[in-house]
Amino acid sequence: MTEANALTAAEIAHEVNAGSLTAVDVIETTLARIADRDPVLNSFTAVTAERALARAAAIDAAREAGQSLGPLAGVPFAVKNLIDIAGLPTVAGSRINRDHPPATADATLVTRLERAGAILVGALNMGEYAYDFTGENAHDGAAHNPHDPTRMTGGSSSGSGGAVAGLLVPIALGSDTNGSIRVPASFCGIFGLKPTYGRLSRAGSFPFVASLDHLGPLARSVADLALAYDAMQGTDPFDPVCADRPIEPVAEGLDAGVAGLRIATATGYFRAGAGPEALAALDHVAAALGAGTEVELPEAARARAAAYVISTAEGATLHLARLRTHAADFDPDVRDRLIAGALVPAVFVQQAQKFRRWYRDAVLRLFDDVDVILAPATPCTAPLLGQKTLVLDGVEMPLRPNIGIYTQPISFIGLPVVAVPVVLGGALPIGVQVITAPWREDVALRVAHYLEQHGIADVARPPA
Amino acid sequence: MTGPELDAWIDAGTALLGIPVEPAWRAAIRLHLTITFGHAATVLAFDLSDEADPAPVFLA
Repeated sequence: MTEANALTAAEIAHEVNAGSLTAVDVIETTLARIADRDPVLNSFTAVTAERALARAAAIDAAREAGQSLGPLAGVPFAVKNLIDIAGLPTVAGSRINRDHPPATADATLVTRLERAGAILVGALNMGEYAYDFTGENAHDGAAHNPHDPTRMTGGSSSGSGGAVAGLLVPIALGSDTNGSIRVPASFCGIFGLKPTYGRLSRAGSFPFVASLDHLGPLARSVADLALAYDAMQGTDPFDPVCADRPIEPVAEGLDAGVAGLRIATATGYFRAGAGPEALAALDHVAAALGAGTEVELPEAARARAAAYVISTAEGATLHLARLRTHAADFDPDVRDRLIAGALVPAVFVQQAQKFRRWYRDAVLRLFDDVDVILAPATPCTAPLLGQKTLVLDGVEMPLRPNIGIYTQPISFIGLPVVAVPVVLGGALPIGVQVITAPWREDVALRVAHYLEQHGIADVARPPA
Repeated sequence: MTGPELDAWIDAGTALLGIPVEPAWRAAIRLHLTITFGHAATVLAFDLSDEADPAPVFLA
Protein backbone atom coordinates (compact mmCIF):
# COMPACT_ATOMS: atom_id res chain seq x y z
CA MET A 1 0.00 0.00 0.00
CA THR A 2 1.41 3.37 -0.96
CA GLU A 3 1.63 5.97 1.73
CA ALA A 4 -0.38 8.53 -0.24
CA ASN A 5 -3.33 7.89 2.07
CA ALA A 6 -1.24 9.12 5.00
CA LEU A 7 -0.42 12.47 3.38
CA THR A 8 -2.06 15.61 4.64
CA ALA A 9 -4.40 17.55 2.39
CA ALA A 10 -1.79 20.28 2.00
CA GLU A 11 0.81 17.73 0.89
CA ILE A 12 -1.58 16.10 -1.59
CA ALA A 13 -2.59 19.45 -3.09
CA HIS A 14 1.06 20.48 -3.37
CA GLU A 15 2.01 17.30 -5.20
CA VAL A 16 -1.01 17.32 -7.48
CA ASN A 17 -0.39 20.96 -8.35
CA ALA A 18 3.27 20.16 -9.01
CA GLY A 19 2.43 17.13 -11.12
CA SER A 20 4.37 14.69 -8.94
CA LEU A 21 1.14 12.89 -8.05
CA THR A 22 -2.01 12.58 -10.10
CA ALA A 23 -5.45 13.04 -8.65
CA VAL A 24 -6.44 9.68 -10.08
CA ASP A 25 -3.57 8.03 -8.17
CA VAL A 26 -4.73 9.73 -4.98
CA ILE A 27 -8.31 8.57 -5.41
CA GLU A 28 -7.37 5.02 -6.35
CA THR A 29 -5.19 4.83 -3.24
CA THR A 30 -8.00 6.26 -1.14
CA LEU A 31 -10.56 3.79 -2.48
CA ALA A 32 -8.15 0.92 -1.84
CA ARG A 33 -7.54 2.11 1.71
CA ILE A 34 -11.29 2.36 2.34
CA ALA A 35 -11.80 -1.18 0.97
CA ASP A 36 -8.98 -2.45 3.16
CA ARG A 37 -9.76 -0.76 6.47
CA ASP A 38 -13.41 0.17 6.52
CA PRO A 39 -14.67 -3.37 7.13
CA VAL A 40 -13.11 -2.86 10.57
CA LEU A 41 -13.72 0.85 11.12
CA ASN A 42 -17.24 1.10 9.62
CA SER A 43 -16.75 4.79 8.88
CA PHE A 44 -18.43 4.92 5.47
CA THR A 45 -22.07 4.33 4.60
CA ALA A 46 -21.62 5.14 0.89
CA VAL A 47 -18.55 5.38 -1.33
CA THR A 48 -18.92 7.59 -4.40
CA ALA A 49 -16.14 5.91 -6.35
CA GLU A 50 -17.38 6.61 -9.86
CA ARG A 51 -17.97 10.27 -9.15
CA ALA A 52 -14.59 10.60 -7.43
CA LEU A 53 -12.64 8.98 -10.24
CA ALA A 54 -14.38 11.14 -12.85
CA ARG A 55 -13.62 14.25 -10.87
CA ALA A 56 -9.99 13.20 -10.39
CA ALA A 57 -9.59 12.60 -14.12
CA ALA A 58 -11.00 16.06 -14.80
CA ILE A 59 -8.49 17.63 -12.41
CA ASP A 60 -5.59 15.79 -14.02
CA ALA A 61 -6.81 16.88 -17.45
CA ALA A 62 -7.06 20.46 -16.27
CA ARG A 63 -3.48 20.38 -15.08
CA GLU A 64 -2.25 18.90 -18.34
CA ALA A 65 -4.08 21.71 -20.12
CA GLY A 66 -2.14 24.22 -18.08
CA GLN A 67 -5.09 25.40 -16.03
CA SER A 68 -4.51 26.46 -12.44
CA LEU A 69 -5.84 24.06 -9.83
CA GLY A 70 -7.34 24.99 -6.49
CA PRO A 71 -5.68 24.93 -3.04
CA LEU A 72 -7.26 21.53 -2.36
CA ALA A 73 -6.50 20.00 -5.75
CA GLY A 74 -6.93 16.24 -5.65
CA VAL A 75 -7.69 16.11 -1.92
CA PRO A 76 -10.17 13.38 -1.02
CA PHE A 77 -12.83 14.22 1.53
CA ALA A 78 -16.01 12.64 2.88
CA VAL A 79 -19.04 14.03 4.68
CA LYS A 80 -21.26 12.97 7.56
CA ASN A 81 -24.32 11.45 5.97
CA LEU A 82 -26.59 14.29 7.05
CA ILE A 83 -24.91 16.46 4.39
CA ASP A 84 -26.50 16.34 0.94
CA ILE A 85 -24.74 14.45 -1.84
CA ALA A 86 -26.52 14.71 -5.19
CA GLY A 87 -28.00 11.37 -6.14
CA LEU A 88 -28.09 9.89 -2.62
CA PRO A 89 -30.80 10.10 0.04
CA THR A 90 -29.57 12.12 3.03
CA VAL A 91 -30.09 9.45 5.65
CA ALA A 92 -28.77 11.32 8.72
CA GLY A 93 -27.91 8.02 10.36
CA SER A 94 -31.50 6.83 10.24
CA ARG A 95 -33.46 4.01 8.69
CA ILE A 96 -36.47 6.28 8.15
CA ASN A 97 -34.73 8.74 5.81
CA ARG A 98 -33.61 5.95 3.50
CA ASP A 99 -37.03 6.28 1.89
CA HIS A 100 -36.40 9.95 1.12
CA PRO A 101 -35.78 10.84 -2.53
CA PRO A 102 -32.12 11.33 -3.46
CA ALA A 103 -30.74 14.83 -2.94
CA THR A 104 -30.95 16.82 -6.14
CA ALA A 105 -27.84 18.86 -5.42
CA ASP A 106 -24.77 18.83 -3.21
CA ALA A 107 -24.76 20.82 0.03
CA THR A 108 -23.17 24.25 -0.16
CA LEU A 109 -20.03 23.14 1.70
CA VAL A 110 -19.50 20.17 -0.63
CA THR A 111 -19.78 22.48 -3.63
CA ARG A 112 -17.29 24.92 -2.11
CA LEU A 113 -14.72 22.25 -1.26
CA GLU A 114 -14.95 20.82 -4.77
CA ARG A 115 -14.63 24.32 -6.20
CA ALA A 116 -11.26 24.43 -4.42
CA GLY A 117 -10.23 21.17 -6.09
CA ALA A 118 -11.20 18.63 -3.40
CA ILE A 119 -12.82 15.35 -4.38
CA LEU A 120 -15.79 13.84 -2.54
CA VAL A 121 -15.36 10.11 -1.95
CA GLY A 122 -18.40 9.28 0.13
CA ALA A 123 -20.82 9.62 3.02
CA LEU A 124 -19.94 8.79 6.61
CA ASN A 125 -21.57 6.93 9.46
CA MET A 126 -23.11 8.93 12.29
CA GLY A 127 -25.30 8.64 15.35
CA GLU A 128 -28.95 8.67 14.34
CA TYR A 129 -30.23 12.18 13.61
CA ALA A 130 -27.09 13.53 15.35
CA TYR A 131 -28.58 12.94 18.82
CA ASP A 132 -25.56 11.03 20.02
CA PHE A 133 -22.08 11.27 21.53
CA THR A 134 -21.10 7.59 21.22
CA GLY A 135 -20.86 6.71 17.52
CA GLU A 136 -23.13 3.72 18.01
CA ASN A 137 -25.92 3.25 15.49
CA ALA A 138 -28.58 0.54 15.52
CA HIS A 139 -28.99 0.57 11.73
CA ASP A 140 -25.47 0.94 10.34
CA GLY A 141 -23.53 -0.49 13.26
CA ALA A 142 -21.06 1.35 15.47
CA ALA A 143 -18.12 3.23 14.04
CA HIS A 144 -14.93 1.78 15.52
CA ASN A 145 -12.04 3.82 16.91
CA PRO A 146 -8.92 3.40 14.73
CA HIS A 147 -6.69 3.45 17.82
CA ASP A 148 -8.61 0.58 19.42
CA PRO A 149 -11.55 -0.90 17.50
CA THR A 150 -13.16 -2.12 20.71
CA ARG A 151 -13.72 1.52 21.65
CA MET A 152 -16.07 4.30 20.58
CA THR A 153 -15.17 6.93 18.03
CA GLY A 154 -17.46 9.35 19.79
CA GLY A 155 -20.33 11.01 18.00
CA SER A 156 -22.35 12.01 16.49
CA SER A 157 -19.81 12.65 13.67
CA SER A 158 -18.50 9.15 14.27
CA GLY A 159 -17.49 8.19 10.75
CA SER A 160 -15.89 11.61 10.31
CA GLY A 161 -13.60 10.94 13.27
CA GLY A 162 -12.87 7.34 12.30
CA ALA A 163 -12.21 8.05 8.62
CA VAL A 164 -9.73 10.84 9.33
CA ALA A 165 -7.94 9.12 12.22
CA GLY A 166 -7.88 5.85 10.28
CA LEU A 167 -6.06 7.49 7.34
CA LEU A 168 -8.99 6.91 4.96
CA VAL A 169 -9.33 10.60 4.08
CA PRO A 170 -7.38 13.68 5.21
CA ILE A 171 -10.48 15.85 5.65
CA ALA A 172 -14.06 15.08 6.69
CA LEU A 173 -17.02 17.27 7.43
CA GLY A 174 -19.12 16.84 10.53
CA SER A 175 -21.82 18.67 12.40
CA ASP A 176 -21.67 19.95 15.96
CA THR A 177 -24.80 20.85 17.90
CA ASN A 178 -23.54 20.13 21.39
CA GLY A 179 -20.07 18.71 20.71
CA SER A 180 -20.44 16.30 17.81
CA ILE A 181 -17.25 17.45 16.05
CA ARG A 182 -15.19 17.96 19.20
CA VAL A 183 -16.10 14.66 20.91
CA PRO A 184 -15.02 12.39 18.01
CA ALA A 185 -11.97 14.60 17.47
CA SER A 186 -11.06 13.98 21.12
CA PHE A 187 -11.68 10.22 21.15
CA CYS A 188 -10.03 9.68 17.74
CA GLY A 189 -7.07 11.97 18.42
CA ILE A 190 -7.43 14.43 15.55
CA PHE A 191 -8.10 18.15 15.08
CA GLY A 192 -11.66 19.44 14.76
CA LEU A 193 -12.97 22.95 14.12
CA LYS A 194 -16.37 24.04 15.31
CA PRO A 195 -16.62 27.54 13.87
CA THR A 196 -18.63 30.43 15.20
CA TYR A 197 -22.38 29.82 15.00
CA GLY A 198 -23.44 31.23 11.64
CA ARG A 199 -19.95 31.22 10.08
CA LEU A 200 -20.33 28.26 7.69
CA SER A 201 -23.44 27.54 5.67
CA ARG A 202 -25.63 24.64 6.75
CA ALA A 203 -27.64 24.70 3.52
CA GLY A 204 -28.20 21.22 2.23
CA SER A 205 -27.77 19.47 5.58
CA PHE A 206 -30.35 17.63 7.65
CA PRO A 207 -30.90 19.63 10.87
CA PHE A 208 -31.06 18.56 14.50
CA VAL A 209 -31.43 21.69 16.66
CA ALA A 210 -31.61 24.76 14.45
CA SER A 211 -30.70 27.05 17.37
CA LEU A 212 -27.42 25.24 17.90
CA ASP A 213 -26.41 23.44 14.70
CA HIS A 214 -22.96 24.06 13.17
CA LEU A 215 -20.98 22.35 10.40
CA GLY A 216 -17.19 22.13 10.33
CA PRO A 217 -14.11 20.14 9.32
CA LEU A 218 -12.02 17.44 11.01
CA ALA A 219 -8.43 16.77 9.90
CA ARG A 220 -5.05 15.43 10.96
CA SER A 221 -3.32 18.81 10.72
CA VAL A 222 -4.23 22.38 11.53
CA ALA A 223 -3.16 23.56 8.09
CA ASP A 224 -5.70 21.17 6.59
CA LEU A 225 -8.43 22.48 8.86
CA ALA A 226 -7.55 26.00 7.76
CA LEU A 227 -7.47 25.14 4.04
CA ALA A 228 -10.89 23.51 4.24
CA TYR A 229 -12.32 26.27 6.41
CA ASP A 230 -11.09 29.00 4.07
CA ALA A 231 -12.58 27.20 1.07
CA MET A 232 -15.97 26.91 2.79
CA GLN A 233 -16.38 30.44 4.13
CA GLY A 234 -18.87 32.89 2.68
CA THR A 235 -22.46 33.93 3.15
CA ASP A 236 -25.27 31.79 1.77
CA PRO A 237 -28.84 32.95 1.16
CA PHE A 238 -30.00 29.35 1.56
CA ASP A 239 -29.08 29.25 5.25
CA PRO A 240 -30.95 32.00 7.15
CA VAL A 241 -28.49 31.71 10.04
CA CYS A 242 -25.35 32.07 7.89
CA ALA A 243 -23.81 35.44 8.73
CA ASP A 244 -23.39 38.14 6.13
CA ARG A 245 -19.66 38.53 6.73
CA PRO A 246 -16.75 38.81 4.36
CA ILE A 247 -14.49 35.81 3.91
CA GLU A 248 -11.71 36.09 6.49
CA PRO A 249 -8.95 33.69 5.38
CA VAL A 250 -6.85 32.11 8.11
CA ALA A 251 -4.40 29.75 6.39
CA GLU A 252 -1.79 32.43 5.70
CA GLY A 253 -1.71 33.55 9.33
CA LEU A 254 -1.19 30.21 11.05
CA ASP A 255 2.49 30.84 11.73
CA ALA A 256 1.86 34.06 13.66
CA GLY A 257 2.61 32.29 16.95
CA VAL A 258 1.11 32.91 20.35
CA ALA A 259 3.19 35.86 21.57
CA GLY A 260 0.97 38.55 22.98
CA LEU A 261 -2.08 36.34 23.32
CA ARG A 262 -3.70 36.30 26.74
CA ILE A 263 -4.42 32.62 27.38
CA ALA A 264 -6.33 31.29 30.37
CA THR A 265 -7.57 27.93 31.58
CA ALA A 266 -11.21 27.32 32.42
CA THR A 267 -11.64 26.30 36.03
CA GLY A 268 -14.53 25.37 38.29
CA TYR A 269 -17.10 23.46 36.24
CA PHE A 270 -14.49 22.49 33.65
CA ARG A 271 -12.26 20.73 36.17
CA ALA A 272 -14.95 19.12 38.32
CA GLY A 273 -15.70 15.66 37.00
CA ALA A 274 -12.82 15.53 34.56
CA GLY A 275 -10.84 12.33 34.64
CA PRO A 276 -7.10 12.41 35.33
CA GLU A 277 -6.26 11.99 31.63
CA ALA A 278 -8.42 14.98 30.71
CA LEU A 279 -6.81 17.15 33.37
CA ALA A 280 -3.31 15.99 32.45
CA ALA A 281 -3.90 16.90 28.80
CA LEU A 282 -5.33 20.28 29.74
CA ASP A 283 -2.45 21.07 32.07
CA HIS A 284 0.08 19.93 29.45
CA VAL A 285 -1.36 22.33 26.88
CA ALA A 286 -1.72 25.16 29.40
CA ALA A 287 1.90 24.82 30.50
CA ALA A 288 3.17 24.85 26.91
CA LEU A 289 1.24 28.04 26.23
CA GLY A 290 2.21 29.71 29.50
CA ALA A 291 -1.44 29.99 30.46
CA GLY A 292 -0.91 31.19 33.97
CA THR A 293 -4.36 32.52 34.70
CA GLU A 294 -7.66 30.80 35.29
CA VAL A 295 -11.13 31.99 34.39
CA GLU A 296 -14.49 30.71 35.49
CA LEU A 297 -17.23 30.71 32.90
CA PRO A 298 -20.17 31.99 34.95
CA GLU A 299 -23.03 29.55 35.35
CA ALA A 300 -21.48 26.97 33.03
CA ALA A 301 -23.42 24.10 34.62
CA ARG A 302 -26.66 25.99 34.06
CA ALA A 303 -25.61 26.69 30.47
CA ARG A 304 -25.12 23.01 29.88
CA ALA A 305 -28.55 22.34 31.43
CA ALA A 306 -30.16 24.94 29.18
CA ALA A 307 -28.49 23.52 26.08
CA TYR A 308 -29.79 20.11 27.07
CA VAL A 309 -33.38 21.35 27.42
CA ILE A 310 -33.32 23.27 24.13
CA SER A 311 -31.77 20.34 22.28
CA THR A 312 -34.23 17.72 23.43
CA ALA A 313 -37.28 19.91 22.83
CA GLU A 314 -36.20 21.30 19.45
CA GLY A 315 -35.05 17.88 18.33
CA ALA A 316 -38.39 16.37 19.31
CA THR A 317 -40.24 19.12 17.47
CA LEU A 318 -38.26 18.34 14.34
CA HIS A 319 -39.09 14.65 14.56
CA LEU A 320 -42.67 14.80 15.90
CA ALA A 321 -44.30 13.56 12.70
CA ARG A 322 -41.84 10.68 12.47
CA LEU A 323 -42.39 9.79 16.13
CA ARG A 324 -46.12 9.59 15.42
CA THR A 325 -45.83 7.34 12.39
CA HIS A 326 -42.46 5.57 12.57
CA ALA A 327 -41.54 5.42 16.25
CA ALA A 328 -40.49 1.77 16.02
CA ASP A 329 -38.11 2.55 13.17
CA PHE A 330 -35.87 4.88 15.20
CA ASP A 331 -32.70 3.78 16.92
CA PRO A 332 -34.16 2.98 20.37
CA ASP A 333 -31.51 5.04 22.18
CA VAL A 334 -32.52 8.09 20.17
CA ARG A 335 -36.27 7.49 20.04
CA ASP A 336 -36.73 7.33 23.80
CA ARG A 337 -34.85 10.62 24.29
CA LEU A 338 -36.89 12.30 21.57
CA ILE A 339 -40.20 11.11 23.04
CA ALA A 340 -39.10 12.55 26.38
CA GLY A 341 -38.16 15.76 24.57
CA ALA A 342 -41.65 16.05 23.10
CA LEU A 343 -43.05 16.17 26.64
CA VAL A 344 -41.04 19.22 27.78
CA PRO A 345 -43.22 22.26 28.60
CA ALA A 346 -42.63 25.29 26.41
CA VAL A 347 -41.87 27.49 29.42
CA PHE A 348 -38.73 25.44 30.11
CA VAL A 349 -37.47 25.99 26.59
CA GLN A 350 -38.26 29.68 26.51
CA GLN A 351 -36.53 30.23 29.83
CA ALA A 352 -33.49 28.36 28.53
CA GLN A 353 -33.39 30.69 25.52
CA LYS A 354 -33.64 33.72 27.80
CA PHE A 355 -30.81 32.35 29.91
CA ARG A 356 -28.80 31.75 26.76
CA ARG A 357 -28.63 35.46 26.07
CA TRP A 358 -27.68 36.23 29.69
CA TYR A 359 -24.91 33.65 29.58
CA ARG A 360 -23.62 34.92 26.21
CA ASP A 361 -23.30 38.44 27.56
CA ALA A 362 -21.57 37.22 30.72
CA VAL A 363 -19.06 35.00 28.89
CA LEU A 364 -18.27 37.62 26.25
CA ARG A 365 -17.18 39.96 29.04
CA LEU A 366 -14.43 37.47 29.87
CA PHE A 367 -12.90 38.18 26.47
CA ASP A 368 -12.18 41.75 27.59
CA ASP A 369 -9.33 40.23 29.60
CA VAL A 370 -8.37 37.04 27.72
CA ASP A 371 -8.05 36.01 24.08
CA VAL A 372 -8.11 32.25 24.50
CA ILE A 373 -9.74 29.90 26.99
CA LEU A 374 -8.59 26.29 27.34
CA ALA A 375 -10.91 23.52 28.54
CA PRO A 376 -11.15 19.74 28.30
CA ALA A 377 -13.02 18.42 25.26
CA THR A 378 -14.25 15.25 26.96
CA PRO A 379 -14.12 14.05 30.56
CA CYS A 380 -12.39 10.80 29.55
CA THR A 381 -10.72 8.95 26.68
CA ALA A 382 -12.76 6.76 24.34
CA PRO A 383 -15.10 4.42 26.29
CA LEU A 384 -15.61 0.82 25.26
CA LEU A 385 -18.32 0.17 22.71
CA GLY A 386 -21.48 -0.84 24.51
CA GLN A 387 -20.54 1.01 27.69
CA LYS A 388 -23.67 2.62 29.17
CA THR A 389 -22.42 4.63 32.13
CA LEU A 390 -19.46 6.76 33.17
CA VAL A 391 -18.36 8.13 36.51
CA LEU A 392 -18.31 11.92 36.84
CA ASP A 393 -17.16 13.46 40.10
CA GLY A 394 -17.61 10.09 41.81
CA VAL A 395 -21.19 9.62 40.57
CA GLU A 396 -22.12 6.94 38.03
CA MET A 397 -24.19 8.55 35.28
CA PRO A 398 -25.68 7.57 31.90
CA LEU A 399 -22.89 7.78 29.33
CA ARG A 400 -24.74 8.93 26.23
CA PRO A 401 -26.04 12.28 27.52
CA ASN A 402 -22.95 13.13 29.57
CA ILE A 403 -19.94 12.80 27.27
CA GLY A 404 -20.53 16.37 26.13
CA ILE A 405 -20.53 18.10 29.48
CA TYR A 406 -17.54 20.29 28.53
CA THR A 407 -18.51 20.97 24.94
CA GLN A 408 -22.13 21.97 25.52
CA PRO A 409 -21.54 25.22 27.45
CA ILE A 410 -19.35 26.45 24.56
CA SER A 411 -21.48 25.62 21.52
CA PHE A 412 -24.52 26.87 23.48
CA ILE A 413 -23.36 30.41 22.68
CA GLY A 414 -21.70 29.61 19.38
CA LEU A 415 -18.08 30.31 20.32
CA PRO A 416 -15.44 29.04 17.87
CA VAL A 417 -13.36 26.13 19.11
CA VAL A 418 -10.51 24.03 17.82
CA ALA A 419 -10.23 20.62 19.50
CA VAL A 420 -6.55 19.65 19.65
CA PRO A 421 -5.40 16.07 20.28
CA VAL A 422 -3.02 15.18 23.09
CA VAL A 423 -1.36 11.82 23.71
CA LEU A 424 0.45 11.34 26.99
CA GLY A 425 2.45 8.33 28.02
CA GLY A 426 1.18 5.97 25.35
CA ALA A 427 -2.39 6.33 26.51
CA LEU A 428 -5.37 6.81 24.24
CA PRO A 429 -5.68 10.32 22.79
CA ILE A 430 -7.88 12.99 24.32
CA GLY A 431 -8.77 16.49 23.18
CA VAL A 432 -8.41 19.96 24.62
CA GLN A 433 -10.68 22.80 23.51
CA VAL A 434 -9.03 26.03 22.34
CA ILE A 435 -11.87 28.54 22.65
CA THR A 436 -11.94 32.12 21.40
CA ALA A 437 -14.33 35.03 21.06
CA PRO A 438 -16.93 34.92 18.26
CA TRP A 439 -15.46 35.23 14.75
CA ARG A 440 -11.88 34.69 15.97
CA GLU A 441 -11.31 31.27 14.43
CA ASP A 442 -8.00 32.73 13.27
CA VAL A 443 -6.73 32.93 16.84
CA ALA A 444 -7.92 29.44 17.81
CA LEU A 445 -6.25 27.96 14.72
CA ARG A 446 -3.02 29.91 15.36
CA VAL A 447 -2.83 28.48 18.87
CA ALA A 448 -3.61 24.96 17.63
CA HIS A 449 -0.93 25.31 14.98
CA TYR A 450 1.61 26.46 17.57
CA LEU A 451 0.78 23.41 19.72
CA GLU A 452 1.13 21.14 16.69
CA GLN A 453 4.46 22.69 15.65
CA HIS A 454 5.86 22.22 19.16
CA GLY A 455 4.71 18.62 19.48
CA ILE A 456 2.21 19.35 22.24
CA ALA A 457 -0.78 18.51 20.07
CA ASP A 458 -0.05 15.24 18.37
CA VAL A 459 -1.98 13.02 15.96
CA ALA A 460 -1.02 9.47 16.80
CA ARG A 461 -0.76 7.09 13.87
CA PRO A 462 -3.23 4.23 14.32
CA PRO A 463 -2.05 0.59 14.38
CA ALA A 464 -1.87 -0.89 10.87
CA MET B 1 -42.74 14.71 40.24
CA THR B 2 -43.47 11.33 41.78
CA GLY B 3 -43.19 8.17 39.69
CA PRO B 4 -46.98 7.92 39.14
CA GLU B 5 -47.15 11.63 38.25
CA LEU B 6 -44.37 11.16 35.73
CA ASP B 7 -46.17 8.18 34.21
CA ALA B 8 -49.37 10.20 34.05
CA TRP B 9 -47.45 12.99 32.30
CA ILE B 10 -46.06 10.53 29.76
CA ASP B 11 -49.50 9.02 29.17
CA ALA B 12 -51.23 12.37 28.74
CA GLY B 13 -48.49 13.97 26.69
CA THR B 14 -48.01 11.13 24.25
CA ALA B 15 -51.79 10.80 23.88
CA LEU B 16 -52.05 14.53 23.14
CA LEU B 17 -49.25 14.36 20.59
CA GLY B 18 -50.30 11.07 19.05
CA ILE B 19 -47.03 9.28 19.80
CA PRO B 20 -47.41 5.52 20.30
CA VAL B 21 -45.40 4.17 23.24
CA GLU B 22 -44.60 0.48 23.66
CA PRO B 23 -44.41 -0.72 27.28
CA ALA B 24 -40.75 -1.65 26.78
CA TRP B 25 -39.86 1.96 25.97
CA ARG B 26 -41.33 3.48 29.11
CA ALA B 27 -38.45 3.04 31.51
CA ALA B 28 -36.02 4.85 29.20
CA ILE B 29 -38.51 7.63 28.48
CA ARG B 30 -39.05 8.06 32.21
CA LEU B 31 -35.28 8.20 32.80
CA HIS B 32 -34.70 10.81 30.10
CA LEU B 33 -37.66 12.88 31.21
CA THR B 34 -36.38 12.86 34.78
CA ILE B 35 -32.94 14.02 33.60
CA THR B 36 -34.47 16.73 31.41
CA PHE B 37 -36.77 18.02 34.14
CA GLY B 38 -33.76 18.16 36.44
CA HIS B 39 -31.93 20.33 33.95
CA ALA B 40 -35.04 22.46 33.47
CA ALA B 41 -35.26 23.02 37.23
CA THR B 42 -31.66 24.23 37.17
CA VAL B 43 -32.54 26.71 34.42
CA LEU B 44 -35.73 27.92 36.11
CA ALA B 45 -33.89 28.50 39.38
CA PHE B 46 -31.92 31.33 37.78
CA ASP B 47 -33.45 34.75 38.29
CA LEU B 48 -33.87 36.62 35.00
CA SER B 49 -35.44 40.02 34.60
CA ASP B 50 -38.79 40.50 32.89
CA GLU B 51 -36.96 42.41 30.19
CA ALA B 52 -34.46 39.62 29.40
CA ASP B 53 -34.77 38.84 25.70
CA PRO B 54 -34.49 35.23 24.58
CA ALA B 55 -31.52 34.43 22.38
CA PRO B 56 -33.20 33.94 18.98
CA VAL B 57 -34.24 37.28 17.51
CA PHE B 58 -36.45 37.35 14.45
CA LEU B 59 -35.39 39.91 11.86
CA ALA B 60 -38.18 41.10 9.57
